[in-house]
Amino acid sequence: MNTSGFFVTGDPMIYGADVSIVLVSVAIIFYLTYFKKWGWLWREWITTVDHKRIGIMYLIASLLMLFRGGVDAILMRLQLAIPNAHFLESEHYNEIFTTHGTIMILFMAMPFMFALFNMVVPLQIGARDVAYPALNAISFWLFFLGAMLFNLSFVIGGSPDAGWLSYPPLSENQFSPGPGQNFWIWGVQISGIGSLATGINFVVTILKMRAPGMRLRDMPLFTWSVMASSIAILGVFPILTVSLIMLTIDRLFGGHFFTMTAGGNPMMWVNLIWMWGHPEVYIVVLPAFGVFSEVVATFAKKRIFGYGSMVFSMIAISVVSYYTWVHHFFTMGAGADVNIVFAICTMIIAIPTGVKVFNWLFTLYRGRITVTQPLLWFYAMIPCFLVGGSTGVMLAAAPADYQYHNSYFLIAHFHQVLIGGVVFGYLAGMYYWWPKVFGFKLNDKLGKWAFWLWQIGFYVCFMPQYALGFMGMTRRIYTYNQTMGWDMGWAPLNFISTIGAFLMGAGFVFQAWQIIYSIKHGERDVTGDAWNGRTLEWSIPSPPPAYNFAILPTIKGRDSWWYQKQEMQNGTYKQEPVKYEPIHMPKNTGVPFIMSCFFFVAGFGFTFEWFWMGIIGLIGVAITLFVRSFQYDTDYYITVEEIERTEKALRNNASVQRTAN
Amino acid sequence: MQQSVSAHVSDHDHGHVDQDSLKILGFWIFLVTDCLLFGTLFATYAVLHTHTNGGFTGKEFDIPGFVIETFVLLVSSFTSGLAVLEMHKGNKKGLISWLIITLLLGATFVGLEIHEFVSMAAEGATISTSAFLTSFFTLVGTHGAHVTFGIFWMIGLIVQLAKKGITSDTKRKISIISLYWHFLDAVWIFIFTVVYLMGVM
Repeated sequence: MNTSGFFVTGDPMIYGADVSIVLVSVAIIFYLTYFKKWGWLWREWITTVDHKRIGIMYLIASLLMLFRGGVDAILMRLQLAIPNAHFLESEHYNEIFTTHGTIMILFMAMPFMFALFNMVVPLQIGARDVAYPALNAISFWLFFLGAMLFNLSFVIGGSPDAGWLSYPPLSENQFSPGPGQNFWIWGVQISGIGSLATGINFVVTILKMRAPGMRLRDMPLFTWSVMASSIAILGVFPILTVSLIMLTIDRLFGGHFFTMTAGGNPMMWVNLIWMWGHPEVYIVVLPAFGVFSEVVATFAKKRIFGYGSMVFSMIAISVVSYYTWVHHFFTMGAGADVNIVFAICTMIIAIPTGVKVFNWLFTLYRGRITVTQPLLWFYAMIPCFLVGGSTGVMLAAAPADYQYHNSYFLIAHFHQVLIGGVVFGYLAGMYYWWPKVFGFKLNDKLGKWAFWLWQIGFYVCFMPQYALGFMGMTRRIYTYNQTMGWDMGWAPLNFISTIGAFLMGAGFVFQAWQIIYSIKHGERDVTGDAWNGRTLEWSIPSPPPAYNFAILPTIKGRDSWWYQKQEMQNGTYKQEPVKYEPIHMPKNTGVPFIMSCFFFVAGFGFTFEWFWMGIIGLIGVAITLFVRSFQYDTDYYITVEEIERTEKALRNNASVQRTAN
Repeated sequence: MQQSVSAHVSDHDHGHVDQDSLKILGFWIFLVTDCLLFGTLFATYAVLHTHTNGGFTGKEFDIPGFVIETFVLLVSSFTSGLAVLEMHKGNKKGLISWLIITLLLGATFVGLEIHEFVSMAAEGATISTSAFLTSFFTLVGTHGAHVTFGIFWMIGLIVQLAKKGITSDTKRKISIISLYWHFLDAVWIFIFTVVYLMGVM
């Protein structure tokens, strides 16, 4: 076992990170010990199988990862701000763009998406939990420990530096020896298994656990978007798993899948990884579309325009997304015929997406609009996503792509759709459902500061990059010389772009401040219906009790809560006599966390090629699976008395508020 | 519409979803994803099967060896089916006996496969000889790993059966593992055809 070079040395910024990691860990341990919170942490969070709590953990983790990925982005922009900068050396720069991409997609966007899945879907369909609550916890912990394994790389062993999709032969042993690349493989592998399990979980939840009377065509559009996204997860995550196994075999066992020698074919990796990677971007954007549909309908106080076409568009996007992967490498030389097919499929996706945008606009048309924070983010999405989508169609034109390929034009394009579509969408969702999950709204004034900083920062940062792309600046270069900088005009645009990155960073700081401020001072929501909503989640208290619905609602059609409220106002609503029954709930379990820890041990072992450790980890995983299989006492009933007590307390709260109004 | 709604309502047992059917559906969906996993491996094999790097080719597969492997695995699928029949009859002893036979056959299969791999390696045909062999060992080995996992899983279930007897829980678990076992059999048919038969042809 070779431990030389175990810790990353030589860079003052890394030493700074070492110190801060140690300090933060000590502070957390001290806090938990001093306030005797270990038991609380274990019982309430680590072993929980409650979808709402799991959602909260996903959200916290993804915001932390947004911070880390954002710091990476700012470091890169600092390096590129002026010509011939020596802020980061080339290798360090490579590491940072690799971790930035991987973290933002897999450890920020994915968990943020799963946070929304978990917080919202069971409530929207009138269920008491997801189909497999313990599996849900396994998914979370696999994601979390996979992400932590990946993040460990910058202080232990060294970060991966072969790009966020790690193309071979660069990512093979010959060119990327050492643990860095293995960290990437195992971090992504472990969290990917969790994502696949989440996909299965939500497909079954949506198909099988809807409240009585809710047909598929009565489902809220967010739930539909989760369905479309989960189906795409099922279709492509197995490919990711296999691709990562193959790269592992090449690196650890001397295989020749993607090597330059012995008949290996590096382009096969590029095909496989994009067969996963392209649908992956639709996987993350579809739920954002779902969020917008909810937000627009709620704040226009109208039924969504074109519900059927919305559903059809989402399914169309998730199916066609399987047939676009080659557009990432038109320049591979597959020939005009192949390129044409993929170019056309790529352009076709713009049609259902366009349908959705029009439907949102038509929903707003003649609506009684209230402009709130969630709606602001929707407004921001429209122009941003529109321009990003249009440049996407430009890139989809295969012959023209030879010109744009791997230039900053591309960088600007995908940031525009991923930030403009995905991040704005998830933030809209966060603001929208925050009062449901936490029981208070996020402060408006700080939110507007954050919003405008994000908006201005975004355009200042990325618009110059389109121009830089046309001027010949390619992605992943770590510096450029004086001639390019001043004579060819790269430097001023790069400098402006860096200013934009800082503005977005300031926006994020405002959001962190907004959250901390609102925990104490945010407007409390005691009605459970913070926005005068339309769907079922607004019919129960905020935050909901553990069992969500004391009595499962019977659904009579789309937007059922909205129409029930109207009936209540007209006085035509007939309250059925309340008769509680014992509620069947899953018990907390420590198995998911322990199993995921063993996965972490296995991943760490294989990363350093300490096979004994990897095998111990895998044996541990097998043992925990066995233990779980032998557990029969996995659920319990909440008694009628307890439901009555809880409901009474929640209702008293609400009626106090109503009289106060 | 109202009518269809109320008809639907009566299907629900006071909102408590039938856990067994839920879990079986989930397992079917898992099998779909596992199918795609093998599909990817097959595709890779299809791309790389000619990339033999001047070494071992498909013509050199040991014909009696893979025929016996196939036979053993197919029989084990049959015996796992018999086990499920015994379960439906409520015959715990018969169920456990057929399961034990199934897992012994499974273990024989894995043993034969290991033997095949070891003798190939002894002839110098290892995972790092050529891209063809890398994809061969990965595809066939992934299947073998699935069977191995199934064997341990089955042992666990036999212990549970011995302790608890045939209950709705153990019934569901046996149904699921038999789905899994048949699925591995189906995958093997493709390996037999695409890898071995087309290899020696």
